[in-house]
Amino acid sequence: MRQARTVLSTYSADTFGVCSALYELGGMIVMHDASGCNSTYSTHDEPRWYHSDAMVFISGLTEIEAIMGDDEKLIGDILETVDALHPAFTAIAGTPIPMMTGFDFDSVAREIEERSGIPCFGFPTNGMRSYLCGASEALDAFARRMTVDVPAKRKNAVNLLGVTPLDFSVNGTAESMRAILRENGYEVTGCWSMGSSLEDLRRAGEAEVNLVASGVGMKAAKYLKSRFGTPYVVGAMTGKPMTEQILRALKQTLADGKDRVAFCGGRPDPGFCIIGEGVVSRSLASAVALERGVLPRVIDPFEALPELEGILSPSDVRASGEEEIQKICRDAGTVVADPLYRPILPKSCRFVPMPHEAFSGRIWRRQIPDFTKIEIKGMVEE
Amino acid sequence: MLKRVGETPPLPSVPIAEAGFPAPFASSLEYSVPARGGWTIVHVGMLIPEAHEIFVCASACLRGVVLSAAEMDLMDRFSTVSIEEHNVLEGDMEALIVEGVADILQRLPKLPPAVLVYSSCIHHFVGCDLALCYDMLRKRFPGVDFTDCYMTPTMRKSGLTPDQIMRRQLYSLLRPLPKDPRACAVIGNCFSLDESSDLVRMIRSAGFTLYQLPDMKTYAEYLETAKSSFCISTQSVARAGGDALEQRLGVRHLYLPVSYSSEEIRRNKAELARALGIDPPEDAGEEAAVAAALDRARETLGDTPVVIDYTFTPRPLGLARLLWEHGFRVTRLYLDSFSPEEREDLAWLREHAPAIEVCPTVSPVMRKARRGSPEKVLAIGQKAAYLSDTGYFVDLVENGGLYGFDGMRKLADLIEDAYLHEKDTETLIQRKGWGCESCI
Repeated sequence: MRQARTVLSTYSADTFGVCSALYELGGMIVMHDASGCNSTYSTHDEPRWYHSDAMVFISGLTEIEAIMGDDEKLIGDILETVDALHPAFTAIAGTPIPMMTGFDFDSVAREIEERSGIPCFGFPTNGMRSYLCGASEALDAFARRMTVDVPAKRKNAVNLLGVTPLDFSVNGTAESMRAILRENGYEVTGCWSMGSSLEDLRRAGEAEVNLVASGVGMKAAKYLKSRFGTPYVVGAMTGKPMTEQILRALKQTLADGKDRVAFCGGRPDPGFCIIGEGVVSRSLASAVALERGVLPRVIDPFEALPELEGILSPSDVRASGEEEIQKICRDAGTVVADPLYRPILPKSCRFVPMPHEAFSGRIWRRQIPDFTKIEIKGMVEE
Repeated sequence: MLKRVGETPPLPSVPIAEAGFPAPFASSLEYSVPARGGWTIVHVGMLIPEAHEIFVCASACLRGVVLSAAEMDLMDRFSTVSIEEHNVLEGDMEALIVEGVADILQRLPKLPPAVLVYSSCIHHFVGCDLALCYDMLRKRFPGVDFTDCYMTPTMRKSGLTPDQIMRRQLYSLLRPLPKDPRACAVIGNCFSLDESSDLVRMIRSAGFTLYQLPDMKTYAEYLETAKSSFCISTQSVARAGGDALEQRLGVRHLYLPVSYSSEEIRRNKAELARALGIDPPEDAGEEAAVAAALDRARETLGDTPVVIDYTFTPRPLGLARLLWEHGFRVTRLYLDSFSPEEREDLAWLREHAPAIEVCPTVSPVMRKARRGSPEKVLAIGQKAAYLSDTGYFVDLVENGGLYGFDGMRKLADLIEDAYLHEKDTETLIQRKGWGCESCI
């Protein structure tokens, strides 16, 4: 059965994706949940928690409030906390029980906004979809609501979209990507959303091009294109050759204004599998193809989001069930994946651990590489 | 890494003299302090040797429990069935549980002797027929003992809390066995009571067999607990489990709570002595040893502020009172509610130490309030250590295995040691399940 897992972990959920995407922007995010979501998120999905004072809370929903539909309790609690902590905006993210009770996120968000005088977002997440959905919706909503009209584009300005610790952790990838862009003559307007301020992100329209580093940033990229006419390039800087490929794509896009995916092709090798988020894994596969000519097969364990259509290559597959993945990898010679996948993979395969915060949380955080420094020769058999 | 920015709101504390009972603070949004030593229902369930846990929940709920098991390196005893939107819409929750659990059991390398199936809030909201699910599973796997466990935080204020239920269900797999009149059990604790603790010494000296779940290695050993002629719970969260055992298996239940009051400890020991059929032990030497250890610790600490949180012990007010009576400068208690068991200690503190501050742990304001203090602070408990930003703290949850006069003496030593030796708070308190295996 696809939904039954004997040993596999589960990916971070949509609710946590919302929190991760908006974490650094000075807002107050409330998970409408009884208990547990806040400690889960802050323990396993939020490496910034211990040292920061970002405002992510739970509503503390009770059975009686859920049954009686006592939304005023939540509204009152949020307003009271806004008064005490003065966030720049508020957001409510749902969990399974609000979905069951038909909680009206839009109306409650509108009411809170009216009564607090600051923007409020309602995200009808339900804790049953992946972080990719939640983070993607959050960045898209932020782009729609918070970005401002700008007088003009800034030359060589770029936004980095879809950068959260859930995909890139906190081991220097975000900083390295910015540094590489700067070294190559770009000005980073905003990194969505690590290391940039609310104001940086609001000026997203100044960018001449957007770089989508993970699937999380795609929906916002499409919106920013429609609003500001900013073209985008898709690809994560996974090692030097792939980074150079992305820089070439950015240059071309600046010149012709066309959207691009910076992935490259190669001779498909179904015996070489990469399990993980589509954009990052396709970037890794491209990095292998650039160096070795063979194109590993990406196994994308996430739901098919419409904005990510066309990201996977024809030889890639979408699979989330434990047995399904086991079957696909049955004859694999090499598998690159989070270490928690190891028990379901053939003992005979060459396993290359690539810890993913959104899957194994903090367990192998220290081993998560700075993606820009990945050496492909360590991943392929000599 | 992000830094703290912006304005710092005042600490939302109240003097204990003005703190309302049982809830000193109004309920509101909740913040999660990054102190993770408290055991979760995953950790507690894993106490049953060889048992396999299967959680049936939405992925947001699964996320924390899966990674608890992974960090304990116990994924071979842990499985999941994820609930998706279509299950809610199609109303096939029963089939999902039965077929999902069955599929997992068929794919495991070997059948476990016991399976703990955890349902979640959503099952209860859709009116899932859980009894039917367990019946069907028992019929399909007659060699496996199934029990019902619950991850239902939405119901945490509707009767027993999930933690109380979990500790009750720990013993739900016991079957009636002929009673051994010279056997007893201490139940519902994450940690076995120390061999040197007052209760264990009495039980051993009376020649009784003692069953404590954290000591057990096999499922067969666990089942033997049913031979106990009586069982003892030592904290309120385990009390419902003791009552259930008494009702179901006729195992007499004694509630002998952890306490810092000499009088209550003596009372508990007298009750145990009656159950064991022995004379109550003489305590004079032990009480003097406690007093000496506390005096020594107080001398070492001098005027150092002492702060205590509720995760350290089920009786934080009792502990504060003990320390205050022995001259420690207790300045703050971190807790969100008072236990009805501590009414008397609360009254005493209100009268004798009215300025002690009571400070919430879950209030959102605590996220922004300034942590730390210009002077050295001694914290008792992980949350207190984080919120007071100190490396000088007693690192223990749920009172560890401390009990009675022996426990108080050891606690005094721990306090003194904590004052003298700074700890790496950030590393220690972020590990889940104090005392468990941790990959972190």
